[in-house]
This record gives sequence, C-alpha cells and structure tokens, in this order.
Amino acid sequence: MDDVTEPGFNRTGAQSSPLSVHSMQLYADERVPEEVSAPDEMPDGREIAAVRCDYAVEAERIGSVPMPGVLTSAFTAALSKLGARKPEVLVDKLGERLAFERIGVRLYQALIDKASALATQQRMPFSVDDLQRLRDDELAHMHVLASALDSLGADSTAQTPAAAVSALAISGLMQVLTDPRTTLVHCLEAMLIAELADNASWDLLISLTAEADQDQFLPQFHSARDSEKAHVRQIRGWLQTVVLGEAS
Amino acid sequence: MDLLENKGVPIDKQSLTWKDMAGKPISKLDDEAFTRVRIILMNALELDALRLSHVGARMNGELRQSLAEIRRVEQHQATAVNGLLSADHSPLETTIAYEQVAVEVTAAVAQREPDPYLAQVYRFGLLEDFDHLYRYSALLDRLEGKDSNNILQGHTDIAPGRPTVDGHRAPVDDLRLPYGRDANFLTKLHATLITAAECQTHDYYMTIGPMFADPVARQLYAEIASVEEQHMTQYGSLLDPRQSFLELWLLHEATEVYGYYSCARSESNPRIREMWERFCDYELGHLHHVCGLFRQYEKRDPAEVLARTLPAPLEFKSQRDFVRDVLAAEVDLRANGVDFVKLARESPVSREYRRRINADGSPSTRVATAYHWTSGTELNRSLKAA
Ligand SMILES: [Fe+2]
Ligand SMILES: [Fe+2]
Ligand SMILES: [Fe+2]
Ligand SMILES: [Fe+2]
Repeated sequence: MDDVTEPGFNRTGAQSSPLSVHSMQLYADERVPEEVSAPDEMPDGREIAAVRCDYAVEAERIGSVPMPGVLTSAFTAALSKLGARKPEVLVDKLGERLAFERIGVRLYQALIDKASALATQQRMPFSVDDLQRLRDDELAHMHVLASALDSLGADSTAQTPAAAVSALAISGLMQVLTDPRTTLVHCLEAMLIAELADNASWDLLISLTAEADQDQFLPQFHSARDSEKAHVRQIRGWLQTVVLGEAS
Repeated sequence: MDLLENKGVPIDKQSLTWKDMAGKPISKLDDEAFTRVRIILMNALELDALRLSHVGARMNGELRQSLAEIRRVEQHQATAVNGLLSADHSPLETTIAYEQVAVEVTAAVAQREPDPYLAQVYRFGLLEDFDHLYRYSALLDRLEGKDSNNILQGHTDIAPGRPTVDGHRAPVDDLRLPYGRDANFLTKLHATLITAAECQTHDYYMTIGPMFADPVARQLYAEIASVEEQHMTQYGSLLDPRQSFLELWLLHEATEVYGYYSCARSESNPRIREMWERFCDYELGHLHHVCGLFRQYEKRDPAEVLARTLPAPLEFKSQRDFVRDVLAAEVDLRANGVDFVKLARESPVSREYRRRINADGSPSTRVATAYHWTSGTELNRSLKAA
C-alpha cells in the first residue's frame, strides 16, 4: 500500500453524476413538506429537539462513582477539608484519567504497529523508539493514577461514569488507528485529538486535586502534565512534517 | 402458575408505543450483571420466536394470520427488551455480556437438565463459550484498554477453556441426538432456550464483526461466529424433528413464559421487573391462543406437549464452582458424530476440517497469546509486581 493521498474517481459528490443530481434536486424541491422551516431558521428539526429534551429530562444517569468501603486517613482528612464539596468528583475524574491513559497505551501501540509496517516503505519523521517512549509515558501515568486512587482507598479497577463516557468519546480514534487502510496522517490526527484532550484534562485534574487539598499527588501530576505537553508538541510537529512533505 | 388455566393478556390488548420500545436503558455501571444477562437472554428468545414464526408461515397457509399477529407483538417486545442495553456498552463489552450469558445460563441448565445426554451436550458447549469469554476479554483489554470484569462483576472466571482453535469441527460432528417423544417438559424448555441464545449470539457477531476496523477483531469475530453457528447446529439438533410445527410453536411460547417468569422472580431492578411481569402476561396470551390453534388443527390436547405447571424458575447466579469442575474433568472431550469421546478418538473428518480452516493461523490464539487476566487490565500487572 502506498501511504499517500492520491487523486482518483471518488463517486460521492454531485459532480460525478450532474444530470441525475439536477433532476433529483428539482424533484425534491417540488415535494417539500408543508411544515417548512422559516428562512431565517436553522433547518435542524424542531421536533428532534423536543424528543431529545424529553429524554434528557427523564433520563437516569450513566452510573455512580463507587466510593471507598474503607476510607483511608488521607481521604478522611480530605473529606473534612472539602466540607460540603463532593469527594466523588475527584474520584470520578481520577478514574477518567486512569482509563484515558490506559487507552492511550493501546492507541500508541496501534500507532507503533502501523508505523512499523509503513517504515519499510517510506521515510518517517520519527522512529518506532520515539513512539515507544510516548507509549511508556502513558503507562507510567496510568500507574500514577492507579496509585493515587489506591492511596485514597478508592477502587482503581472500577469504571467510573467519567471513564465510561471518555471511552465512548475515544472509540472512534481507535477505529482510525487500527484500520489497515488509514495513512500515517490519519493516525497522527487521531492521536492529536487524544493528546489535546489529555492535556486539557490534566490541567483540570491538577486544579481539582489542589482544590481538594490532595497536595501529595501534585508533583507527579505536574510531571505527567509536562510530559503530555511534550507529546502534543511532538505529534503536531510530525503531522506538519508529513503533511507539508506530502504536499510539496 | 397453571400454564393452561392462566390466560394472560389477550392478544388484541397487547400493545407498545415507540417510546415503550425505546425506553430508559439500564446502567452499565450500577445495574447487576444478571439484569443484563436476563435482557440478553429474553431478547434472544424473542428474536428466536420471530425466526420460528417466519419459517412456520412459509409452510402453513392456515396459520399465517395468527402467526403475523403474534409475531408483530414479539417484534415489539424484542425491541423493548433489547433497548434496555445502554449505548455506553461498546459492541465488545456487549460481546463479553453475551458470553457471560452463554456460560452462566448454560451452566444453570446443565445442572438442572434431567436427561444425562443433553446435560453432557450443555457441558460440552459451555467449555467453548467459556473459552470465547477469555479470548474476547483479551481483545477488550488489548484493543479498548478495558477490564472485562467491569461487565462480569466478579461472577464469571476469565481463563482458557477448551481452546477455540480446537473447537472447529466438521458439520457431521456437530449433530446431536434429539430428545424423544416422552421427554420431560423441562428438557424441551431447556433445548428451546439454549438454541435461541446461541442463534442470537451468532447473529450478533455476524452484525458487529464487520464494524471493527482492526483486522485482529474482524478475524476473531469471524472465527467465533463460526463456532456459534456450530453451537446453533448442535443445540438445534436436540429438538425432536418429529414434532409438528404447532407443537414447536406451543413449546416456544411456553419457553417465553418460563423465561419471563424466571426473570421476574429474580430481577432486582423494579423498573425492569415490571417489564418482565408485563411480558410474562403477554406470553401467556400467546400461549393460550396457540393452545386453541393446537386443539383446532391437530385435534390434540396441549397437555400432551406441555406440563400444567412451570418448573422451578431458571437460576440467574454465578455457577463458578460447577464451571471449574466441568473444565477440570471435560476439557479434553471431543466429538465423534453424536458421541463425546476422548481426545485421541476425535473424528478424523473434524481434524482435517480444522487443518484447513486454521491454515492461515488462528485468530483466537493470536489475540490471547500470553494473556493473563488481571484485575484492572493486564497493564496493571507490572504495577502490582512493583
Ligand atoms: Fe500523551
Ligand atoms: Fe460463545
Ligand atoms: Fe456458543
Ligand atoms: Fe410469544
């Protein structure tokens, strides 16, 4: 497989069958339904909004945050400092980062597998070793988070609601990375989405941790965030090199 | 409950709205694993009702209207039941739940089954689905970075069973002996139930396998769907082929009653229990209608096919000890025609079939190479060791 963007006979657009599409448009225009949107309105279907609203109002939540059966002294202390604030928010977010970093290991592994295959055919802006370092960073972060949850007496093996939802959001990225037909550019773009979200989420987690007076975690969390910032820079740089290289 | 006296809800009073069908789903995180098991099992039974009904309609002109009417309700029931699975289940997580159904329900059935040959068939199939659970757990961990125990909730073990690579058999070695005319009512209910569950599993894998981008996943689903087709063949051949279509239909409705009744008896979520109870009454309505057809067309008493009372409800609980014992004792069993034999006596036709189908390698072996289930995923292991 050539890992490049090529011109060809893509059939999806109107220009690939101009006569048919012209006739289709006339036919559809004649048969516009009565309840047509006002010209200044977004044609997004008011009725759709009504259904979504009803369901959103009646819905039960995705799930709950499992709280420690035995509270450790660290957590009890945190609880008292938190006052009326909710410790489950911290546990939920720690669980989310943990799940995300763990998926990150698998995403990088998929990228490594793809890059190893392509490396035999083309020049790469990075080596497989570079990618392995990024993967190992994600694994180290995952362990930092698991230890943090364990030290609070929380269950680091549970899937928290935020973890379940972030897995849902990221599932498309894994599809991109594991598809044998995707190019290096497709894959780097998917990784960039993951890393940008990862960065922003570490910032938020650090604020939340500081707010909850769990300062013992901050040094490790700061160093995780710093390494995530480096990841974004690297992925961006590689993406730029490959895309500009291909275009020139 | 008296099956023949209790008339349930009349068919013309059975109706669901679109909102009933797309109702509130369960929580993947907070609801009990066995609530999900019940949902999957009852969806299987409803889809199998449709399957049987369509086949019957092709061959029985005089029954077409009754079949169409009841089938319409079954289709809506299936939609409502399957709609209980929340969309945050990834297809692979749902797959884990399907194999949990296969392991736990088949194990419960194997222990209660009065006919020793059929009990052996269930134990035989059980060890293969147990292995599927292990292979899919490896895929879930290695593709999605998730621990399959988030779905299994500690009820079902995750370890190799009879290796999937060795479970591919020639069709002739998947046929089993059917139960006889004088079979126990429970035997017939069991065979109908397990056949339905395997059909659904097969169809589900056929539908979602191609939705994965990863060739590792596509291969694994191809391989395991093929085994589920073998399971459909195996369990389907337990049904007595001398039964008339109406007899099969009667039995199917009775199995649906039994399924919903068992679910209602064990359900912990009150909202879901309401659905089981409502649909149990619907199924009694179907059963009553088919009893009438049976008397009319076959001039026979439904009591010849059904027992008056339902057996004790199906158990929805972890069968861990039983499954471990069966695995220890029977993992090396193989098939030779309708018989179960020691490894060395396995049918040569199946060995040859396997040699061909595994010629490009074994997806189930590759995906799980060195896989050792660890709480919190295998990536957690280095942490524990440290
Ligand atoms: Fe990263
Ligand atoms: Fe299976
Ligand atoms: Fe099966
Ligand atoms: Fe029914």
